[in-house]
Amino acid sequence: MKKSHILAIIVIAIAIGIIVSTAGDASSYVSFNQAAELAQGGEADAVHVVGKLTKDTQGQITNMVYQPQVDPNHFEFTLVDNENRTQKVVYNAPKPQDFDRSEQVVVIGTMQGDHFKADKILLKCPSKYQENKLETKEYEAKTAKL
Amino acid sequence: MIHTTVGNIGHLFVLISFVTALVATYAYLKAALGQDDLSANQDWKRLARGAFYLHGIAIVGIVGALFYIVANHYYEYHYAWSYSSRSLPAEYIISSFWHGQEGSFLLWLFWNAVLGVILINTNKRWEAPMMTIFALVQAFLASMILGVVFGGSIKIGSSPFLLLRDAMPDAPIFTTNPNYVPEDGKGMNPLLQNYWMVIHPPTLFLGYATTLIPFAYCLAGLWRNEPKEWMRPALPWALFSAMVLGVGILMGGYWAYETLNFGGYWNWDPVENSVLVPWIVLVAAIHTMLIAKKSSAGLKSAIILSVATFILILYSTFLTRSGILGNSSVHSFTDLGLSGQLLIYMLAFVFLAGGLMVAKWKLIPSDAEETSVYSKEFWLFIGATVLCLASFQVLATTSIPVYNKIMESFGVVSNLAMPADQIAHYNKFQTWFFALVAVLTGVGQYIWWKKSGKGNWNALITTAMVTLFISGALIAFGQITKPAYMALLTTAVFAVVANGTILWGIIRGNYRLSGGAVTHIGVGLMLIGVLFSSGYSKVVSMNNTGLMISNSEDYTKNDNKENKENVILWLGQPQKMSGYMLTYRGQRIEIRDVPGYVPRNWVTTIDGDFHGIALRDIELNGKVYHKKGDTLALHPENTYYEVEYREPSGKIFSLYPRAQINEQMGNGGILPSPDIQRMLGKDLYTYVNSVPDPNSEGSWSPTETYRIAPKDTFFVNDYVAIFDNVVQTREVEGTQLGPNDAAVKAVIRILDKEREYVLTPAFIIRDRMVGRKAETSEELGLRLQLNEIDPQTGLFTFAANTTQRDYIVMKAMEKPLINLLWLGTLVLVVGFSMAAFRRYREFIKMRDKEAAPVVARKASAAPPKAISRQ
Repeated sequence: MKKSHILAIIVIAIAIGIIVSTAGDASSYVSFNQAAELAQGGEADAVHVVGKLTKDTQGQITNMVYQPQVDPNHFEFTLVDNENRTQKVVYNAPKPQDFDRSEQVVVIGTMQGDHFKADKILLKCPSKYQENKLETKEYEAKTAKL
Repeated sequence: MIHTTVGNIGHLFVLISFVTALVATYAYLKAALGQDDLSANQDWKRLARGAFYLHGIAIVGIVGALFYIVANHYYEYHYAWSYSSRSLPAEYIISSFWHGQEGSFLLWLFWNAVLGVILINTNKRWEAPMMTIFALVQAFLASMILGVVFGGSIKIGSSPFLLLRDAMPDAPIFTTNPNYVPEDGKGMNPLLQNYWMVIHPPTLFLGYATTLIPFAYCLAGLWRNEPKEWMRPALPWALFSAMVLGVGILMGGYWAYETLNFGGYWNWDPVENSVLVPWIVLVAAIHTMLIAKKSSAGLKSAIILSVATFILILYSTFLTRSGILGNSSVHSFTDLGLSGQLLIYMLAFVFLAGGLMVAKWKLIPSDAEETSVYSKEFWLFIGATVLCLASFQVLATTSIPVYNKIMESFGVVSNLAMPADQIAHYNKFQTWFFALVAVLTGVGQYIWWKKSGKGNWNALITTAMVTLFISGALIAFGQITKPAYMALLTTAVFAVVANGTILWGIIRGNYRLSGGAVTHIGVGLMLIGVLFSSGYSKVVSMNNTGLMISNSEDYTKNDNKENKENVILWLGQPQKMSGYMLTYRGQRIEIRDVPGYVPRNWVTTIDGDFHGIALRDIELNGKVYHKKGDTLALHPENTYYEVEYREPSGKIFSLYPRAQINEQMGNGGILPSPDIQRMLGKDLYTYVNSVPDPNSEGSWSPTETYRIAPKDTFFVNDYVAIFDNVVQTREVEGTQLGPNDAAVKAVIRILDKEREYVLTPAFIIRDRMVGRKAETSEELGLRLQLNEIDPQTGLFTFAANTTQRDYIVMKAMEKPLINLLWLGTLVLVVGFSMAAFRRYREFIKMRDKEAAPVVARKASAAPPKAISRQ
């Protein structure tokens, strides 16, 4: 066998490895119910859940707890997913500054018992200048690690 | 009044630039096809050249018209209104230019036109076929800003000269007053008001533009059946392009490091990735060009990679501008409705280049014998392969939203999402790929310079020993335990040592040849800098107050430790943290003509304006900048939070992390930016994560009253307070006491956790009138007033109001050896420049040699610029 063939086989093998691993690492968009099922099945991988915040008639967000005096790293809120399941979400980091204005929230994390523990939050805020456009902002609870 | 003329002129220039690009394409195409008939050929060439020059002039005209609109504050134009305002400092007027998508296309067009003119004048031999490609690209780019609507529904391009009333026809104001002109623009996103944002986009787009040159040369080479010859003129430009694009990417990273708060310079964001991929591919292409003369595999890959670089640049443009990344990226552009056009642009060149490659593939000679493992061809090819695999991995993940879109178009609902921990996902591959790259830079150089080869590995073994010694010491000293980090560190050190040895060897001969070694040293240094600053970034602000008053499972579990990385700092209350003593000193604001920051309560801001009024004399270091009552120009959207750091040695420095009220990121959102203490060995990076809303004035609680006697103890706002005694006083701030007036001060001690505060509210009898002077402690969020003195009972009545105490929630990190990353970048730039320069000299020499008889025949022809420079 020629060296170039060996090399080609190695390259193809690595490329397939990359694709398989990417597919394995890729997360998915699910509902809270699915997230709960996954967690019960022992799945520890983080999932994405899209939801809306609970708001009262004045448009104020309800069921939201952030008390920096007590613990600056604990933030709690309630999210309603597309299947209308209401779910408590806990985010172990400070409350994102423009959280109050966001319409849609994507939480990335896992279901843990009675709450969904979010490692990352993506906020969709109404853009002031573009009608019907939402802007995305990302927040993460963990430190960036190499 | 609406100034329509300048916009019409600008739009006319847009149309001219589009038409001239088409004319130039066609004429160059005719010139390239009609090789045989020389005179007609020359006519076509002259026409094409004229059209391209006219095209260049039109682009300068567009730039001029747009600049005129922005600089003169013509807010009737959508572009000026969207991206600039009267409060914008002059230097950012320039950057408002490329703030919008239309402007960035314009920037791309501009660089391409400049490069096209340079190439026409430096390389006549390749002019016709290469400039055909160039002009075609320009036609596509110009179509992006064309702003022409057909049949009311098909829109081609988005013009930067759109009037506001045409951009927003539904806005109610225009139905009542069609000639309405806004007083002021919306202004530039304050995040982008940063000096890096003045130079980062032009650099990046010059990088984009230069990737077209190797691509155009490559296609021209295939077209003219000269599959090898195109590389000599293309190589110096490819090196230049890699240098500029690399610098552009890193400038973006540096801006993010200074301005955003994700804590680093690289976030593996799709937008960042999409331009990293073509850069790595371009670097791989350069390596294959170096071996293409002797290796058929090298030649094939040089062709494929040169084409791929440009196609990937188009793919990157498509990803960032089509809105397809919407959910996955923090900073993708919104869709201007150009996605279809962008897709056509990309696919047109995919098919053009692909078709040409297939048609001419048989021209590529195959090797007589197989490449030896001891040849430089073998090692450079392996290097390029590893780089391609590394970029393929980034591309495969970054394209996840595209897979969903493709599935959707086939009617399949796909719910694939980006990996939840993107950084870990990418790093797990890239650490190893780049460890391999680092090894190959060293081995490749040894073999290139024939220091090593078959049966001669001694020199390399010595280098390896030195490397192991140094990296072993670093691993022990830095307490590095992860195998991946050990591997990366060792290999990066090897890259520096091996290339350093090579450099030492050749620099004494001919320093001009050392570009490769220098560049590789830069890569090694950058890898070490990245490894330490990201891998060993240490959180300084561990919440060690013991204030975890929650018994929920979350707080008791161990793995939450890493999330307790933010601390709360109360105004004026020192707190210890990782050896530093930190004190939050209060809110600060920046006055435009005063250096540094001043306390926010020294000025009052005017709503909706960038001016404010001084509430006291603004005096810093003995110099009075403004008198009380002066109107000042401020940056009112920025509030700085002074955090004083006291080192164990007693040295004190202050950092000013910022929170910005950013209208453009939504209504009144607050965006934090870090402040960085730069030290030789590390950076101390600090940012606020949460603050009380800087816009809301602190509201006071309802009054509570206390009737107490001296020496009594009472509770106020959860503090223990002791009413010590009452003393007579003649000094009451803000009041002049006459000879018949009297004043007393109550002395109240308030005990906080670590220190004691004394408040002395005063009670004044002046001209038989009772006056009360309350005292406020911002640190305690407390206001005390002495309301009544009852001489009969000896009881004193105090009124207390409380408010939210000022605080910040902040995070601080140490980033060790980050300066190695910046130093490595500089070295990399120097190396690429040296290599580009050397290859350009070779090209000039060869060109003049080939052209010598031709030049002799046409002695009257003016020598190209580049020759006169030599």
